[in-house]
Amino acid sequence: MSTATSTGTKSPAPGPAPSVQPSGRGEGRIGLRANLRHIGALVRRNALQIKQDPESMMDALLMPIVFTLLFVYVFGGAIGGGGGAHRDQYTNYLMPGMMAMMGLNIAMAVGTGIQEDFHKGVMDRFRSMPIARSSVLTAKVVVEIGRMLVAIAVLLTVGFLVGLDIHGRWLGLLAAVGLTTVFATSLLWIFMLLGLTVRTAQAVQGVSFLVLMPLQFASSIFVPPKTMPGWLKSFTDVNPLTNVADAARGLMLGHGEVGDPVLWTLVWSAGLTVLTAPLAIAKFRRKV
Amino acid sequence: MTRHDAPDRGSHAVEVRGLVKHFGDTRAVDGIDLDVREGTVMGVLGPNGAGKTTLVRILSTLLRPDAGSATVAGHDVLRQPRQLRRTIGLTGQYASVDEKLSGWENLYMIGRLLDLPRAAARRRADEMLERFSLTEAAKRPAGKYSGGMRRRLDLAASMIGRPRVLFLDEPTTGLDPRTRNEVWDEVQRIVADGNTVLLTTQYMEEAERLASELTVVDRGRIIAEGRVPELKARVGGRTLRIRPGDPGELPAMAEVLAQSGAAAVPDGSGAGVAAPVIDRESGTVTMPLADDKQLTAAVGLLGERGFALADISTQLPSLDEVFLALTGQKATHADDEAQHGGDTDELKEAAA
Repeated sequence: MSTATSTGTKSPAPGPAPSVQPSGRGEGRIGLRANLRHIGALVRRNALQIKQDPESMMDALLMPIVFTLLFVYVFGGAIGGGGGAHRDQYTNYLMPGMMAMMGLNIAMAVGTGIQEDFHKGVMDRFRSMPIARSSVLTAKVVVEIGRMLVAIAVLLTVGFLVGLDIHGRWLGLLAAVGLTTVFATSLLWIFMLLGLTVRTAQAVQGVSFLVLMPLQFASSIFVPPKTMPGWLKSFTDVNPLTNVADAARGLMLGHGEVGDPVLWTLVWSAGLTVLTAPLAIAKFRRKV
Repeated sequence: MTRHDAPDRGSHAVEVRGLVKHFGDTRAVDGIDLDVREGTVMGVLGPNGAGKTTLVRILSTLLRPDAGSATVAGHDVLRQPRQLRRTIGLTGQYASVDEKLSGWENLYMIGRLLDLPRAAARRRADEMLERFSLTEAAKRPAGKYSGGMRRRLDLAASMIGRPRVLFLDEPTTGLDPRTRNEVWDEVQRIVADGNTVLLTTQYMEEAERLASELTVVDRGRIIAEGRVPELKARVGGRTLRIRPGDPGELPAMAEVLAQSGAAAVPDGSGAGVAAPVIDRESGTVTMPLADDKQLTAAVGLLGERGFALADISTQLPSLDEVFLALTGQKATHADDEAQHGGDTDELKEAAA
C-alpha cells in the first residue's frame, strides 16, 4: 500500500468520501456529481458485460433486420396493392412505426435482465455500498437506451436498403428517433417494475408477450386502422403505440397529422415515467 | 456472563442490542446482543440456519431488523445507513463480484463507486490485485477464476475502500482445504493491519484460527460467548476419547461413561457435565472431562464392567467439541443441515 492514493492518506482508516460533507449532519446524501460518477461506473460495467457477451446484442441487431424483411416482403406487396408494384409505399408506411416496435421489444428484455442480475451476489455488494440505490437502475436505463438506438439504427439502415424514402427530411427523422426513444424509455420503467415484481424471468417473458402482441398489432404500426371494426378502432385510437407511430410517420414523411400525435406521445411518456419510475426505484430499494 | 458491558460506546466498532428478525414464522435472529471491540476479530460461530447470515445482512444494511438496534462504527443501521455503508466492507457467502468483468475491471468499478478519482481507482485496483496475488489474472473475466481466486478477488473488492469494519460471511464455505488456507492467510493479513472484522463461520478451525473472541449462535440466539480460551475452559479442560475393541459396545460404553460423569459431580446430579458422544465413523466415544477425578472414575468404571479398550486418550477440546457441548447437538447434524441448505433457505426467504 505504499503507492498511496490521493484520498485516504491523512488518517489510518479514512473512508474515501470526498463527495460527502463530513460536517453535514445531513444524512450523508450523495451529491449529483457523485451520483453521475456512480452511474457512469455502472454504465461502464453494463457495456463491458455486452463486450464480454456479444450475443446479448443479438436481439438489437437481428430483430430489426428480420422483422423489416418479413413485413416488407410478406405483407408489403399485398397491402401496398398493385400486385406488389406499390411495395415501397408500404415500406414508407411501416418503417416509422417499426421504430416504436423495436423500442418496445428492447424494453421488454430489460425485465428479464434485471431478474438475472438480482440473483447475483454483486447486487449485495452494490447495495452495501455508499451509492444511491437508484443509480444501479439508472445505469441500466442508460445502457438500454443505447441498445434501442443501435436497434433503431440497424432498422433504418435496412429500411433505406429496401426502399424507405424520406425525401431528405433528416431533421424530421432525428426528431422521430428522439421521440420514439423518449417513449420507449418510459416503457423501460414499466418492464423494470414488472421484472422486480414477478418472480422468475420466464414469468416476465410470458406476461409481457401476452400484453405486447395485441398492443403492437392493434395499433397503426403495421396497417392503417381505418378498416378495423369500430370497437377495435376505438382501442387503436387510444393505444399509445398508435400515437408514437403516427407521430414518427408525420415527422419522417411529412404527411398526416403531426402535432396531436407528438403531444399525446409526450403525455403518455411523461405519465408512464412519473407513474412507474418511482415505483420501480422504491421496489428496488426495498427488495433484498 | 463474559460480556464486557463497557460504558464507552466509542470503543465498540459494532454494537448490537436485542436484535430480532423474522421470516414468516421463523425467527432467524431472536434477540441478539453483541459487541465487537475496535481492532479485534469477532467470530460468530454456528451451524447453517443459525442466523449468522441474517445478522450480517442486517449489519450491512441489506436487511431491516424487526426489533432491536445495531450500530456499526457509531452509525445506526436504520437511521444512518448511508454513513454506515461508507465504513464497511462486505464479503458474502457467494462471491459478490461481477463474473463477466475482469478482476481489474471489478476493482476499478468499485473504486469509482467509492468516489476515487480515475487515476487513483486505477492505482488502487493494481495495488489490490498485487496484494491478493491476482495480478496475472487481472485481465481474465472473474467468472473464469478458480474458487479461491474468486474469493480473494471478493476480499480485495471489500478492501478497496479501506473499511473500518469488515464483514466476512463464511469466507471459506465451499472451498477445498488448500484454497481455504489461502483465504485464511489473506484474512489474517487484513486482521494484522488492525481492521475490525466480524466473521461468521461454521468451521470451528476457522474461528479458532482467525478470531480472538467468539459468539456461538444457534437458532437465532447466542448460546455462548467469550474469548476462545474462556470458552474452552467452560466445557472442561480435556476430552476423553475411547475406542472399544468391539464397535458394538459403543452404546453400552457411552452409558457407563455417562454414569461416571454424573458420579464425578459432588451432588451426583450430573449437572454441568456434558454427555458422552458416539462417533460411529471413527468408532470412538468422547466425553469432555470436568477434572482428573472424572477421568479416574471413568476408567475405573470401564475396567470394572470388563470392557475391552483398543485405544484411550485425552486431548484438549477443539472448538467442535465446545460447540457440541454447548448446543447438545451433534456436529454432523449441523453439516447435514448445511447440505440441505439451511442458509440458502434463509437467503431465499430474505429475497421474498
